[in-house]
Amino acid sequence: MPKVPGLFKGLGVTAGILGKTLKDGADTVQYPHEKEAPPIRARGVIALHEENCTACMLCSRSCPDWCIYIEGHKQLAPPRRAGGKPRQVNHLDRFDIDYALCMYCGICVEVCPFDALFWSPEYEYSEPKIADLLHDKDKLGEWMETVPEAPELEAGAGK
Amino acid sequence: MPYWVTSLLRVVGGLVAVLLPAGGIVYLFLFKMMSFMQSRLGPMEAGPYGSMQLLAEVGKWMQKEDLAPENADLRIYRMAPLIVLVSTFLLIVVVPFGPSAYFTNFETGIFYALAVGSVSVLGILIAGWSSANKYSLLGGLRAGGQLIAYELPMVLATLGVVIQAGSMNLNRIIEVQNTGEIFGIGIIGNPFIITQFLGFLIFMIAVQAELTQAPFDMPIAESELVSGYMTEYSGFRFLIFFIAEFATAGVFSFIAAALFLGGWGVPFTWFGWDSIDEVAWWMNFVGPVIMFTKMFALVGVIMWVRFSYPRFREDQLQTFAWKVLIPLALANTAVTAILKVVF
Amino acid sequence: MTLTDRQQLSYIASQAADARLNVELETEGMTLNIGPQHPATHGTLRIICRLDGEQVVWAEPVAGYMHRGYEKLTEVRTFPQVTTLVNRIDWLGSFANEVPFILAAEKLMEIEAPPRAQVIRTILFELSRIANVSLFLGDLGVQMGAITPVFLAFRDREYILNLIEGATGGRFHPNFDRIGGLKDDLPKGWIAETRGAVKKLEEFCDTIDDLLFGNEIFQSRMRGIGIIPADIAKDYGLSGPNARASGIDWDLRRDQDLPLSYDLADWKVWTHPDGDSWARCWIRLQETRESCKIVNQLLDQIPAGPVMTKVPRIIKVPEGEAWVATENPLGEMGYYVVSKGGLGPFRVKIRSASFNNISIVPWALKGVYVPDVITILASLYFILGDIDR
Repeated sequence: MPKVPGLFKGLGVTAGILGKTLKDGADTVQYPHEKEAPPIRARGVIALHEENCTACMLCSRSCPDWCIYIEGHKQLAPPRRAGGKPRQVNHLDRFDIDYALCMYCGICVEVCPFDALFWSPEYEYSEPKIADLLHDKDKLGEWMETVPEAPELEAGAGK
Repeated sequence: MPYWVTSLLRVVGGLVAVLLPAGGIVYLFLFKMMSFMQSRLGPMEAGPYGSMQLLAEVGKWMQKEDLAPENADLRIYRMAPLIVLVSTFLLIVVVPFGPSAYFTNFETGIFYALAVGSVSVLGILIAGWSSANKYSLLGGLRAGGQLIAYELPMVLATLGVVIQAGSMNLNRIIEVQNTGEIFGIGIIGNPFIITQFLGFLIFMIAVQAELTQAPFDMPIAESELVSGYMTEYSGFRFLIFFIAEFATAGVFSFIAAALFLGGWGVPFTWFGWDSIDEVAWWMNFVGPVIMFTKMFALVGVIMWVRFSYPRFREDQLQTFAWKVLIPLALANTAVTAILKVVF
Repeated sequence: MTLTDRQQLSYIASQAADARLNVELETEGMTLNIGPQHPATHGTLRIICRLDGEQVVWAEPVAGYMHRGYEKLTEVRTFPQVTTLVNRIDWLGSFANEVPFILAAEKLMEIEAPPRAQVIRTILFELSRIANVSLFLGDLGVQMGAITPVFLAFRDREYILNLIEGATGGRFHPNFDRIGGLKDDLPKGWIAETRGAVKKLEEFCDTIDDLLFGNEIFQSRMRGIGIIPADIAKDYGLSGPNARASGIDWDLRRDQDLPLSYDLADWKVWTHPDGDSWARCWIRLQETRESCKIVNQLLDQIPAGPVMTKVPRIIKVPEGEAWVATENPLGEMGYYVVSKGGLGPFRVKIRSASFNNISIVPWALKGVYVPDVITILASLYFILGDIDR
């Protein structure tokens, strides 16, 4: 078999890809008609579990972009058992994440000591107006429904 | 038929013969074949399987603002795309689509075609100079050098065909191919691609260079000069350049099909015809279909090479033309002439 | 507006070049600006060339169009925040940017990540090298005029990005390395998926070998262009594949003793004696294949165990200075971290590979044709984020 010069081999490669695409279809996903499912850990949007949040401000302080806005006030809650003192709790007034600034780094989710923030793989929330990218407390609460279970780990994962 | 009817038919036929290949080539090869070779599907949204994409693009370009650079030489800047398009229309005039379906029947058909084919060089040079842009200038100069250098192999390659056919009339060349026989076997006629294989190769390479397609697309060189001589053109004027590029590809392939593949005909022995006067009238309708098929096949090869190869550098290009193609073409002509006299 | 000293000097230099031209050849040179908006440069790089016909007489790169002030930013950020930012320096092989920084911080704290974390770190490092260089191979085609390889490169790179997203959550900016180990362990099925993806990348390398490197036109464009001898390469501080293409046998993965698991795999360092553009590109192709081999071998050897050592919740790195450099996809990248015991570094100096790689551009571009300018720039391979930081 004589050595085929590289020129013909190159033509063969492109013809091969042409044949493969005709037979098996292309590798592209025709968005928006078909959608790929992102992996479980994909960082799409941050969801807030309001009951756990104590307005400790750790997430807001650790954000590299300072895109989390938190306001809270202290108020008295009923005592845990009858006959006790009323206790002081932090009540969350405002928890906004500005997704126009968010870098999707995940430091806030990691740093929260009360497990109030979660990642969700949802990514289709673009808006025509930038101001609408500021998600307030209620919208962040709605994202909680899309938060998946944490994936199982590979064999050999220790604690 | 009154003269105005034949003239109208010729005008309409000419428009169809230039623009229909352009549209077909753009959709079939540029949108679909290139995409499939790159493992993707190409335009799919405009129309079923993206068939209306070209209309969408034409509409988009036509509604753009008619800009010109501030220092551009306006009259010449505006003329340049039209010169390139006019040369395509001048070329199609001499291509026959059937025994009586032709626009003109020049006795020196191929001579006229080669002469007129170099008019587009003017348009490209003008576009480069008048754009008042260094990138365009570089592109235009490169194009001028390249196109003129590759005219010669093209002319010399067709010399072999003319010698073998004995005439410069394209209809006569087609007749000789379809009535001839190879070593006594007449079943496939005598398409000159078999005896003039070297000439065919040289012609196709020269055509690839005349169209400034990769690997000879230094003048456009997208990653260096952005668009070469076309950089400053936008909107309708760019559309004319675009259509002219693919229309010229179609027309040169028509000429190549006529010269080397037997043109609009099938071997006459299949139907028992002996000369062009005996060919049936319905060949005037089937002929264009056959021509289009052969043209698409040749353009397919041109585009296949375009999508697979990187580009030559300017001096390598010129070396290839002057030191390789022209000596080969001259040798081909000499051998053809000798064999024609001997046999 | 007055000119700065440097602008004045470069202006005078170009005038001198012109004067020389006018005296010798009685022609006028043309000044051509390649960039900052240009399809060929990987970003906003501007190269001022003075041409004589199609030959370059004098060239100078002007960088800084993408300067984002990284070293200043790191002064007012904590260590996790700096890790996030640093992802974005070389955005194609982004995990590779975090590793030297984290290693420097671990050096200051005198801790080491557990073995499982080291192996996974190395695997992700090599995967980002594969992602980075496979894009280079595709882009090389575009710069040379072949439009098909780049689509194949993007298609096959998607497998790697999906892998990185599966493990870390982000395709381009993983933000996965932490002081003391990694953020999370691998999800189930990741190892099998990686093996499949690496196989696809090996097929991609073979396809590029046939389609691009085997093409005679490509070879004639690349061989003998832009020869950089070894001593000049050392003088200008070239690193990575650029240096190895000139025959310098220097690879930080093998020659340094960092807590990364390169000694667990059997691999070789590729060098080439020529030092031309062909050598630089060919070495990158071979290195991609070598990285695939490393990943395959390391996937078999991930030890069981934790992925993070015991570190306090709020990390304060003790006082000190540390320098760590690693063999990044683009070359040698190093971080000099000065810490004063706070939550964040006091000062970080980032030694990026591309900045030194383009310092050779004025020397290399003298006397070459304009198309060869693109060839040489393509083969030197820089990323603007890496040059300008």
